[in-house]
Amino acid sequence: MIAKCSAAAALSLCLSLPAAAQSEVDSGRQLYTTHCFVCHGPDGESIPGVNLRSGQFRRASSDDDLSKIILGGIPGTGMPPTNLAEPQRRALVAYIRSMHQGAKEQGSGDAVRGLAVFESKGGCLACHRVGAKGSRLGPDLTGIGSLKTAAYFEQTLTNPNDSIAPQNRFVRVVTKQGVTISGRRLNEDTHTIQLIDEKEHLLSLSKSDLREFELLKTSPMPSYKTKLTQQETSDVVSYLLSLKGTQ
Amino acid sequence: MKIRVLLLCSTALVGQVSNDRLLHADREPQNWLHYSGTYDGQRYSLLNQITPENAKNLELKWVFQAHSLEKFEATPLVVDGIMYVTEAPNHVFALDAKTGRTFWDYEYKPSRDARVCCGSVNRGVAILNDTIFMGTIDSHLIAIDAKSGRPIWNIEVGDPKLGYAITHAPLVVKNKVIVGVAGGEYGIRGFIAAYDAATGKEAWKFYTVAGPGDPAVKSWEGDSWQHGGAPAWLTGSYDPSLNLVYWGTGNPGPDWNGDDRGGDNLYSDSAVALDADTGKLKWHFQFTPHDEFDYDAVQIPVLVDTDWNGRPRKLMMWANRNGYFYVLDRETGKFVAGSPYAKVSWSTGLDEAGRPMRAPNTSPTPQGTLVYPNLFGATNWYSPSYSPRTHLFYVSSWQDSNMNMVKMAAQFSPGQRYMGGLPRGANTGGRGSRNTPVETSAYGSLLAIDPNTEKTKWEFKMTDLTESGVLTTASDLLFTGGREGYFYALDARNGTELWRASLGGSVEAAPISFSVDGKQYISIAAGHALFTFALRQ
Repeated sequence: MIAKCSAAAALSLCLSLPAAAQSEVDSGRQLYTTHCFVCHGPDGESIPGVNLRSGQFRRASSDDDLSKIILGGIPGTGMPPTNLAEPQRRALVAYIRSMHQGAKEQGSGDAVRGLAVFESKGGCLACHRVGAKGSRLGPDLTGIGSLKTAAYFEQTLTNPNDSIAPQNRFVRVVTKQGVTISGRRLNEDTHTIQLIDEKEHLLSLSKSDLREFELLKTSPMPSYKTKLTQQETSDVVSYLLSLKGTQ
Repeated sequence: MKIRVLLLCSTALVGQVSNDRLLHADREPQNWLHYSGTYDGQRYSLLNQITPENAKNLELKWVFQAHSLEKFEATPLVVDGIMYVTEAPNHVFALDAKTGRTFWDYEYKPSRDARVCCGSVNRGVAILNDTIFMGTIDSHLIAIDAKSGRPIWNIEVGDPKLGYAITHAPLVVKNKVIVGVAGGEYGIRGFIAAYDAATGKEAWKFYTVAGPGDPAVKSWEGDSWQHGGAPAWLTGSYDPSLNLVYWGTGNPGPDWNGDDRGGDNLYSDSAVALDADTGKLKWHFQFTPHDEFDYDAVQIPVLVDTDWNGRPRKLMMWANRNGYFYVLDRETGKFVAGSPYAKVSWSTGLDEAGRPMRAPNTSPTPQGTLVYPNLFGATNWYSPSYSPRTHLFYVSSWQDSNMNMVKMAAQFSPGQRYMGGLPRGANTGGRGSRNTPVETSAYGSLLAIDPNTEKTKWEFKMTDLTESGVLTTASDLLFTGGREGYFYALDARNGTELWRASLGGSVEAAPISFSVDGKQYISIAAGHALFTFALRQ
């Protein structure tokens, strides 16, 4: 009987940990797939607002805290209790911590050089924002290094259409008055759509006021496959991996 | 004000809900006496003050804010101006149905041993005379004084440490309180049981997993029946003319790995007809034999007396999680008709007996097998409705949902998850505050199915999914909602949207209608609150 899972309030602040034994992490991975995967997803980011890779948990700062949450759930949320024994909980915590260890990769490039490419030759700030610089039209990258992998960044830089996330899709609409609006879709329901347009206006449109509505299948982001050298790509990847956000 | 107080006192004095009142709940449409309104599970109200013409004048009358941030899945009862509603996990409130103000509340603190797979929810209570009955997530059944909120008795129905839980509203039949148990992801042996309403003493128990002494135990390989699951986690229906209680059962365990439970795995994923006095099985109909997809058949049995091919029949209508809509003869359990109402890939159709023909190469594998519908189903536990005026069956559905069904090893350990796999890559979007569907996303749809043709007469599409129950009324109105937080009044005849309210939270409950002082109200839970509407003065 699985009715469905709801957004669980999640787990705040990670302490640096001694590396867990690989066998314990492997065991924890198995437990994760059995107990956590359904709601939290393969990469621990399926519940909006909860990213297990980030190493930051709203309600836990220590392994013991995490273990207690695994045992007792979070009352009033979709996070259910388990009756996992202490060694199992320890393994599961080790795996969850390992997800964040994966987020600590630095890549093979030079992040300082990557910053320069990002802001100059790459022209990335035309659409992306990091901290207080850049456009809000595209996804904000301030904390992206905690959430994605080097492989993901390499893929996105070379084939952006292959990895465009549903929440980053762009739309083109034409109002009944004939006004064309393009922007990144932020939210959509049966009757309305919310977006940020090229001038960074937050717009909420009623579908009944639209003459045309197109969800674009391609990313406005260009491929950098031929625009950057391999070294420049590696440098940008390392720079992106260094973006850990603001607390 | 003084008059109002006197009225409340007066109605309270005559407020006993006798069996006769429960049997004939349709005679007092001002009240909502059962989880589904009436014993037949139709969730159809005879009230007709709100009409397709004036529905646009609906306005919010009051809101009850829950303290819990858990899903609000409850259907309230309304008895002579008093509303009984639960918030998660097991907190009962008696409210003035006209204003939402509280008379009393009773909060039961479930044991920390409680474990429920999918939310510490409660979907409502039942009533008999002056007693309210509530099942709890630690698998207790509690009788509560309807006037004071004081608990009268409290029994353990199943061991919560083993995964037994109760999340649905009980069903009262005669002097018995009937409940089933959740726990299909923990290797329980499911059952439905009846308890004496006065004492809590067990009257009968029917195991939804056949065991020794029941020839159907052969439908389980080896000893797999011992932890075969088949939970019964939603309220049943009752036909007094046949004295049969009808209940739906859930998945066999482990969910996605059927290797060690060869056979049909009776009575999982079935409708069972039980003698209301003894619990003895009269018949069963299994929708998904040897389920490997978690297609619980716990849906509300909808009982319909109607002409069928020229003769009157006692039928049961059922939109199943497995993607098929069924019509059964509820006297015999025989299959009458059935067709898919959503995309189905695991089966190529139903045979003459209504048994699904399995499509080849659709079992879960370690690598994953793409299956339609996904584990959440073409519908799930959302209450359907049947209108004897339109003769249409209405159900909230998930269209085009799919998922990779992945099989994994499963080893039973009491009280531990026992699932044998996991779903992967569901195309059902996130569950946060934003929705960003793509071309391949599943979507929600309210379907109006003509049982005579098994065809969809009309469809009301939503961008996001819907987990809402459905209510129809004698004025041909239909009320439903969805994850987007919209709550709608539709024309039940053609699906035309007549009115909507944005409630700011997913509708994951079923609407009811009642009246107080001659005014018709509609109540629905959404997000973490209960909203009550009526016509503008």
